[in-house]
Amino acid sequence: MAKLIDDETLDNVCILAKLSLNEETREKAREDMQKMLDYVEKLNELDTEGVEPLAHLFGDQNVFREDAVTNGDLREEMLANAPKAKEGQYQVPKTIG
Amino acid sequence: MKQYETVIGLEVHVELATKTKIFCGCSTEFGGAPNTHTCPVCTGMPGSLPVLNRQVVEFALKAGTAANCKIHQMCRFDRKNYFYPDNPQNYQISQLYLPICYDGWVEIETSAGSKKIRIHEMHMEEDAGKLIHDQWEDCSLVDYNRSGVPLIEIVSEPDMRSAEEVIAYLEKLRCMMQYLGVSDCKLQEGSMRADVNLSVRETGSENFGTRTEMKNLNSFKAIARAIEGERERQIELLEAGKPVVQETRRWDDNKESSHAMRSKEDAKDYRYFPDPDLPPVHISDEWLEEIRSSRPELREEKQLRYQKDFGLSEYDAGILTETRQLAELFEETADLCGNPKKAANWFMGEVLRLAKEKGTEPDKVAFTPGHLADLIKMVEKKEVSPQNAKKVFEKVFDQDIDPVVYIEAEGLKIVEDRELLTGTLERILEANPGPLEELLGGKEKVFGFFVGQMMRELKGKASPDAVREALIKEIEHRRDEYGNNQ
Amino acid sequence: MDLEKMTALELAEKIKQRQISVLDGVKTVFSAIEKNEPHVHAYLDLYKKEAYARAKQVEEGIMEGVYTGPLAGVPIAVKDNICVKGKKTTCASRILENFVPQYNAEVIDRLEKAGMVIIGKTNMDEFAMGSTTETSAYGVTRNPWNQEHVPGGSSGGSCAAVAAGETYLALGSDTGGSIRQPSSFCGVTGIKPTYGTVSRYGLIAYASSLDQIGPVGKNTADCAALLEVIAGHDPKDSTSLERKDLDFSENLGQRIAGMKFGVPKEYLAKGLDPEVKNAFMEALKILTEQGAIVEFFSVETMEYMIPAYYIIASAEASSNLERFDGVKYGFRAKSYEGLHDMYYKTRTEGFGDEVKRRIMLGSFVLSAGYYDAYYLKALKTKALIKAEFDRAFEKYDVILAPAAPYTAPKIGESLKDPLAMYLGDIYTVAVNLCGLPGITVPCGLDEKGLPIGIQMIGNCFGEKKIIRSASAFERGRGEFPAPEKGGRER
Repeated sequence: MAKLIDDETLDNVCILAKLSLNEETREKAREDMQKMLDYVEKLNELDTEGVEPLAHLFGDQNVFREDAVTNGDLREEMLANAPKAKEGQYQVPKTIG
Repeated sequence: MKQYETVIGLEVHVELATKTKIFCGCSTEFGGAPNTHTCPVCTGMPGSLPVLNRQVVEFALKAGTAANCKIHQMCRFDRKNYFYPDNPQNYQISQLYLPICYDGWVEIETSAGSKKIRIHEMHMEEDAGKLIHDQWEDCSLVDYNRSGVPLIEIVSEPDMRSAEEVIAYLEKLRCMMQYLGVSDCKLQEGSMRADVNLSVRETGSENFGTRTEMKNLNSFKAIARAIEGERERQIELLEAGKPVVQETRRWDDNKESSHAMRSKEDAKDYRYFPDPDLPPVHISDEWLEEIRSSRPELREEKQLRYQKDFGLSEYDAGILTETRQLAELFEETADLCGNPKKAANWFMGEVLRLAKEKGTEPDKVAFTPGHLADLIKMVEKKEVSPQNAKKVFEKVFDQDIDPVVYIEAEGLKIVEDRELLTGTLERILEANPGPLEELLGGKEKVFGFFVGQMMRELKGKASPDAVREALIKEIEHRRDEYGNNQ
Repeated sequence: MDLEKMTALELAEKIKQRQISVLDGVKTVFSAIEKNEPHVHAYLDLYKKEAYARAKQVEEGIMEGVYTGPLAGVPIAVKDNICVKGKKTTCASRILENFVPQYNAEVIDRLEKAGMVIIGKTNMDEFAMGSTTETSAYGVTRNPWNQEHVPGGSSGGSCAAVAAGETYLALGSDTGGSIRQPSSFCGVTGIKPTYGTVSRYGLIAYASSLDQIGPVGKNTADCAALLEVIAGHDPKDSTSLERKDLDFSENLGQRIAGMKFGVPKEYLAKGLDPEVKNAFMEALKILTEQGAIVEFFSVETMEYMIPAYYIIASAEASSNLERFDGVKYGFRAKSYEGLHDMYYKTRTEGFGDEVKRRIMLGSFVLSAGYYDAYYLKALKTKALIKAEFDRAFEKYDVILAPAAPYTAPKIGESLKDPLAMYLGDIYTVAVNLCGLPGITVPCGLDEKGLPIGIQMIGNCFGEKKIIRSASAFERGRGEFPAPEKGGRER
């Protein structure tokens, strides 16, 4: 049996994902997630004992840049899309401490 | 009352002295106007991708090998996911599963002797941006200039038992990083930051107590105070039968107290996973060998060598090696003047005195070592008086003048000019018939008076020895005459 | 001279010979857009004015010998998850409704250097998550062959635009089949290159370890030519490879006699629509008639491909999409109380349902206590799938598969059951998990007149073999029809 998506799990996922659910969307979200988890449970049939997880396909060569400054002042370009900016900075609601 | 032991482990962040950020070609220079050192990569623009700065790996390896670490010759970057505006992608690129360096140790010296502090790991990661709380509006402003500046995080085992050990450990790391040229490690500028993990337990207990993590420690003094404060807080809780809560606390050094940084939005679940944008880093045996063989001499090694080869005291060797810059300046001076002992005296005396007087950090003292070496040689050869040499050195210290040229130009060079000497002597003897009478009569006390007069008149152009010699000769001569006339 | 019927290479050749102008090609495209776009809706943004100006500039460039490549002067459409400097790039999401990148994706620079004319941005599933182009926040794209049907996805806009004659070529992106499946549904040709062949710099990431940009066109030769334009090492992308064998058109005309093709037996078992199966079997015949050897073999990891893919893709997506928070760019909720409320509202209002579903799944599989059971397990499964394909490529030059189990579904049918929609990716996801190149070429029509495609999969760096095979197949197949003008009415 796959993990049962209870309220606590769902709330925790929402905190991690920074998404909120209302009464309407909540049950649908739970159901979709449960269905998916039940389905991917299939993987447990597969014996992966001793198999090295494959994170990178072609990772046998180092990829580096040299330590040389290549960027000038791009502030205006970077800030061009900011929903709110002030004095050359991105403006956000007050953060605590 | 029960006896308690404090158990401390440290997470130290060290900003690496690279020219550019860890994953993009933006400058790491300190103090630019907000967001002027940013690009699509370090502001997390959609579609931008990180490319690793080779120098960061090089520095991490230097630090790790110097701290006796083992090396993961295949290491990887992982994403640490959490939402906060100083973190433009809302994930930090760090290393969890395969940190570059692990299982090392450093040795510290305290009043109780030396002790090994084990290092759990050192890993590479990117720094976050800076949040400034707006003065006028109820909002915060984000500056990403620091975002993506390379760091290594050095995680110790819980091997420290006192603030003294903690400070000694931090000093040790700082000195090591500076010697390696890996970081300048300035707590005030934030290029070295320490988070303190602390728990207490009854003395003799084998088990660890519940620990807290203390952040926002900006000076060694703050760290010492925070350790004391947190130790007392935890003991009070335990004495009152209350549990210590595992949490992150923020130290307020003005109030000398800490408060929990708790938030229900902090899920504390970072969902680390290998960053798919960055292929693994491979560290070949050759690369490692190159790092090991090119490691500069560290402080302890220098200290021993100064004692053994130069015959310096342990104390002097310790002071001279406090920073790599000063030690190198000293060594070059010693080499050029050919007299390490004399050079050491000059450093211990004049150089550090002037540094202190003028408020110059010992690592910021900068003059041409050849200038001091020349000065030392001139004193040796009695070409300049020690008093004048000190005065001239102040000019070397301040303006790095060439002392040879200066002494010549200012007429401070001691010249063994017979005529000048005898001429001056005669003038002074003439001008002081009374004391002369006394001297000739055998009052030796007056001898010093005449030497002083001579030196003043000659302004250091003759050595005291020469003056004394000339005076003795003249007096003996006159005494003979004086006796003959009687 | 029917300009609309020409392939991209033919158009460029005529331009080179001064028989037509660059502007003629651009005009042809815009007139098709005017005619078909109202019912197809393949585009999210059109650069008509800029394209006309650019056409003049390219024309001069060709005459001056600046642009000498085989696609100089050809109009091209770009999927809206690829950044074009100074142009809105939305990923078909509300959260990027007003995002204007200040930089070009590497592929855009390469298109410009090749003298191509970008005519606009194409519709897609939001953040490339979906198989129908219905998850776009800016309306569905309709299949030019039949307006009641989807074009497939997520590169549905790019494939529909090519099918409807609204462009000669297009760029798509493929994370789990997003080029190959809509190419099949729209009766066009599309290539997903070997991972690392085309720079991802400026491609707004869905799942970084799986994403690749690739060409969509009217035939294999056009796609191969476009792939030559966009492929190549890019120091800005750490996963970009330094390949030397980038002359993909080299073996286009070569015969395939003696080449060995493998067909996974399991791919033809349950779940495959009989009409698609028939067309696929007919396609095998066309290959054997040319002397190719076709054999069936067994793929034991088949059932595990979709689970592994969705865990990995969702996990990466949940992290890649964290940057959309209303701080630096894009949409920010109108009212909020404090920082975290801004995050929640911005993201809840800014993302569509399918994207949220995957972000939530991805956040869960990476969360404390589940990482090993789901994410790590999926990476191990990926290793086993890769090993199985490695073994298959010891025996075969090319692996053949349908591109999708069925032809284009009707609009509105797929999103009701997300899991069922995911299962439709069964023939495409392994290619992404293993980094392999794959091409889809049209091989037939079903009874409703909807196109069916055959997928040819190569070993890593085996683009030339699949291009050679696809082109040989085209010769055996004969000309594939274009949809009736504008597709059937609703």
